[in-house]
Amino acid sequence: MSQVFIALQTNEETRPIIEAIEADNPKAVVTRDPAMVRISAPGQLVIRKDTIEQNLGRDFDLQEIHINLITLSGHVDEDDETLTLHWDR
Amino acid sequence: MQIDLRTVTIEPQRVAFDHLIRRFGNKPASRYQEGTYDIQAAENLHYRPTWAPDQELYDKGITRIVMRDWYDLKDPRQFFYNTYTLTRARQQDAVEANYKFIEGKGLAGMIAPDLREKALSVLVPLRHVAWGANQNHTFVCGYGYGAAFTQPSIYQALDNLGIAQYLSRIGLMLGGLDTLTQGKEAWIGDPAWQDLRRYVEDCLVTRDPFELFIAQNVALDGLLYPLVYGDMVDGAWASEGGSTIALATQFMSDWFDETRKWVDAVVKTAAAESAANKDVLTGWIASWGERAARALLPVARLGLGDQAEAVMDERRADLAARLAKTGIKL
Amino acid sequence: MDMKAPEKKLGIKEKYRLLTRDLAWQPTYRSEKEIYPYLDYEGIKIHDWDKWEDPFRLTMDAYWKYQGEKERKFYAIIDAHAQNNGHLNITDGRYLSALKIFLQAISPGEYAAHKGFARVGREFAGAGTQVACQMQALDEMRHAQTQIHALSNYNKYYSGFHAFAETRDRIWYTSVARSFFDDSMASGPFEFLIAIGFSFEYVLTNLLFVPFMSGAAYNGDMATVTFGFSAQSDEARHMTLGLECIKFMLEQDPDNLPIVQKWIDKWFWRGFRVLGLVSTMMDYMLPKRVMSWREAWEIYGVENGGALFKDLAFYGIRPPKGWEDAGKAIDHMSHQFMLGFYQWRFGTAFHSWIPSDQDMDWLSQKYPTTFDKYYRPRWDYIKRAEAEGKPFKNFGLAKLCQCCQLPCVFTEPDDASVLCHRQTTHKGEIYHFCSDGCQEIFEDEPEKYVQAWLPMPQLFQDPVNGDLAAWMDWAHLTDGLDNGEYQGSSDQRNFDRWRGLATSNT
Repeated sequence: MSQVFIALQTNEETRPIIEAIEADNPKAVVTRDPAMVRISAPGQLVIRKDTIEQNLGRDFDLQEIHINLITLSGHVDEDDETLTLHWDR
Repeated sequence: MQIDLRTVTIEPQRVAFDHLIRRFGNKPASRYQEGTYDIQAAENLHYRPTWAPDQELYDKGITRIVMRDWYDLKDPRQFFYNTYTLTRARQQDAVEANYKFIEGKGLAGMIAPDLREKALSVLVPLRHVAWGANQNHTFVCGYGYGAAFTQPSIYQALDNLGIAQYLSRIGLMLGGLDTLTQGKEAWIGDPAWQDLRRYVEDCLVTRDPFELFIAQNVALDGLLYPLVYGDMVDGAWASEGGSTIALATQFMSDWFDETRKWVDAVVKTAAAESAANKDVLTGWIASWGERAARALLPVARLGLGDQAEAVMDERRADLAARLAKTGIKL
Repeated sequence: MDMKAPEKKLGIKEKYRLLTRDLAWQPTYRSEKEIYPYLDYEGIKIHDWDKWEDPFRLTMDAYWKYQGEKERKFYAIIDAHAQNNGHLNITDGRYLSALKIFLQAISPGEYAAHKGFARVGREFAGAGTQVACQMQALDEMRHAQTQIHALSNYNKYYSGFHAFAETRDRIWYTSVARSFFDDSMASGPFEFLIAIGFSFEYVLTNLLFVPFMSGAAYNGDMATVTFGFSAQSDEARHMTLGLECIKFMLEQDPDNLPIVQKWIDKWFWRGFRVLGLVSTMMDYMLPKRVMSWREAWEIYGVENGGALFKDLAFYGIRPPKGWEDAGKAIDHMSHQFMLGFYQWRFGTAFHSWIPSDQDMDWLSQKYPTTFDKYYRPRWDYIKRAEAEGKPFKNFGLAKLCQCCQLPCVFTEPDDASVLCHRQTTHKGEIYHFCSDGCQEIFEDEPEKYVQAWLPMPQLFQDPVNGDLAAWMDWAHLTDGLDNGEYQGSSDQRNFDRWRGLATSNT
C-alpha cells in the first residue's frame, strides 16, 4: 500500500501534535531529521483535534497545523474534527 | 556553535544589492526596497504568451498609461508581505473581538428590526461587489507592470475577499442564512442593484490594468466607501440606534482610510509623469465616475431614503476635491 | 422581536462555501466568454465548476492569523541571524555556492509563479479555484521576499549575491530556471496549473525544500532552513491545489485525459531538468550531508511520486514518459552538473571546486555503480592537471539545449560513456537537444521554442561581440570575485579569517 506522510518542524509546538498522531495511528513511523519530523504510514494517516487538545490542555483549531507544517503527501480531507491524508478511494 | 563577538572585526563587503545601490545610493536598503524593486524579469524573455501572441509576458503596452519607470509607483505604506500580513492579522484580532462582543452581548437583537432590515439590504449585496473588486485587483496584479504597482494589488485583492467574507458574516450574525440568499437575489434581480452589477460586470471585461485600477479604486470605491461606511453606518444608522453595525464594519472604514493613501499616490505619480497620462486618467475618472455615481444612487436611496441625492452630491464633491490634490481636475 | 437565530455554528465545509463560492454569481450583462476569454483554447472541457473540491478551506481571517504567526517567527530568526553574524555559523564557505544558485535561479521563479497565479486566479471561472490560486499568488510573493531578505545578509559579506537582479536576465544557467517559468506563463491557464501546481509543486519541490533545507539546518544555516521550511508549509497547500486541479480536469471530461497526460509528460521532464541543479547542491555543495540526491530521490521521487501515479492510474494516467529516463539519470546527474560548472567556472557567479578525497569517498559510497567508474577518473584527471599548473578550464561555448537551456552534458540513458545529443530541423534551422524528452517537447510546439533566448549565442551579438570581458560586464559578473575556483577566492579568505577571529583569541 502507498505511503502517506506529513512533515512538521521540530519544536515545542509540534510535540503534542506528533504525539497525538502517533497515538491515533499505530502503524505510523516517525523519522527525525535535522529540524524536521516526518511521520509516514501505509495508506492513511488521521490527525484528530480531540487527541491534540487532550495533549495540549487547551482548544486547538486544526488549521493551526499550518504554522509548523513542512510538507505532506496524499489526498487531504479536512473537517472540523479530523484532518486525514489518504491514498485510498 | 557559540561565537564570541567581542574580539571579532568582521567588515561587510557591501551594504546592499547592486540594483538598489544604483537606485538609492550606497546605503543599506529597506526590506520594502529589497522585496519590491526590479524583482520582475525585465529582458530576454523567452516566449510570447500563447494566449495572446501580440503581447510580451510582462507587457508595458497593455495599458494606455506610459511610465519611464514603473517602479516610480511606490506604495507610501511600503507594504511587503510581512508588514501587510502582520497589519491585517492585528486588525483581524480586533474584528474577532468585536464580533465576539456583539454575539456575547446579544447586540444584534437590540437593533430595531426596520434598521436591521435596511442595513442588511445594503450590506449583504455588497459582498458581491467586494468579490468583483477581488477579481479586478487580481487582474491588475496579474497583468500590471512592475512589482511596485502590482504587489499592493494582490494585497488589495485578498483584502476584498476578506471584506466580502466579513460582510457575509455580518449577514449571518444579524440576519441568518436566508439573509445571504435574499441578498444574492437582490443583487441578481432587484432593480436597485442592476446599474451597479452592470458596472461590476463591465469592469470584468476591461483588460487595461490601469484603467481597471481607476474604475475600481477611484471611481467606484472612492464613492462607495464614504457613502456606505460614512454616511450610512457612522451617520444615519448610528443615529437610529445602530452603532453595533459600526462596530461590525470598523475594518472597512479603517481599510478605506489606509488604502486611499496608496491609491492617491499612484494616481498622483502617474498623472505627474506626462500630460498624456493626465488626459487619459482624467478621461477614465470622468466616464467611470459618472457611471459609478449613477449606479450607487439607488443603493444610497436604500440606505438613506430621500437624503440620497444630496448626500451623493456631497460625496462626489469630496472625491473631486480629493482628486484635485493628485493633479486631476474634473 | 422576531430576532432570527444568530450565526449558526456552521460546519467548516458549509461555512467555506458561503464565504467563497457563494460570492460569485452568473453574469448576465456580459458573457462568460468575454469575462474568461482563455478558458477553452487549450481544449480542456469543464462542465461544472461547482464540482471543484476545495483542498484547504482557509478564509482570509485564518490566513492572516496563521501566516502572521509564521512571519513573526521567520523575521525574528533572520534578524537574530543578521545581528549575530549567523553567516559564520555555517559549516564551510563552499556552502555559499548553493545559496547563490538559490537566489539567482530559484527566487526569481517564485516571483514568476506569483504573477502566474494572479493571472489564473482571475482567468478561471470557478470561485473556489480562483481563491486557492489567489492565495497561492500571495504566498509566492512571500517566498520571493523571504528568500531575498534571508540572503540579503549573506550579500553584505560574500560575493555572487550582489547582482542577482541582473544575472537573472543575462547569465546562462539562470536561463534554465527562467525559461521554465516563462514557458509555464506563456501557456494557457490549465497548463500553467499543471506545470507549477502539479509537476513542480507536487512532484518535485519536496526534493528542493525538504532534504536540501534539512541539509541547510545540518550545515548551521538557520536563515535558509527557516525560509525553506516556512515556504514549504505554504507549499503543502499548493501541492494539494495541484493535485485537486488534476483530479478535477480528469473527472470533468474524458477528452481531457490525453491533454493532461501530455502536460504531465512535458512538465515532469521540464521540472526534472531544472531541479537537476539541486542534485549538485545536495551532493557537492553541502559540506555536511544529510542524504545523497539518490537517497532523496528514493523517498520523494520514487516513493512519493510512485504513490501519486498509482493513485492517478484510476483516471487512466500513466507515469510521465520521462520517468524511466529520469530514474536512469539519478546516479549521474549531480556529477555531470558539477563537472560542467567546474569547467565553465569563469562564467558562473558562484564558486566551484574539485571535491576532496574525503568527499570523493562519500560519493563512491553513495553512488557505488557510477562514481568510481565514470566520475572519479575525471576528477582525478582535473586534479592532476591542476597540480601540474595547467588548470582545466573550458572557455569554449557550451552547446545549449533549445528546450531546457542546460548545456548538453548528459549521457545516453543506457550508456553513460556516450554523450546524449539530439537534433531536429525546423524550417531549415537545426536545433539541438540534451535528451529525447526535450526534443519531443520542442517538436510538439516548435513555434514556441524557436523563440527561446539562448544566452550563449548572446556572446557573439551586440554589445558583447565575442569579447569575454565585455560579456562579464554585460552579465554583471565581476571577474576574479564572483566566479572561479573556491580555493583562493575572497569568499574563502574572508570566511576562514572571520571564522578564525570568531573562534580563537588571536
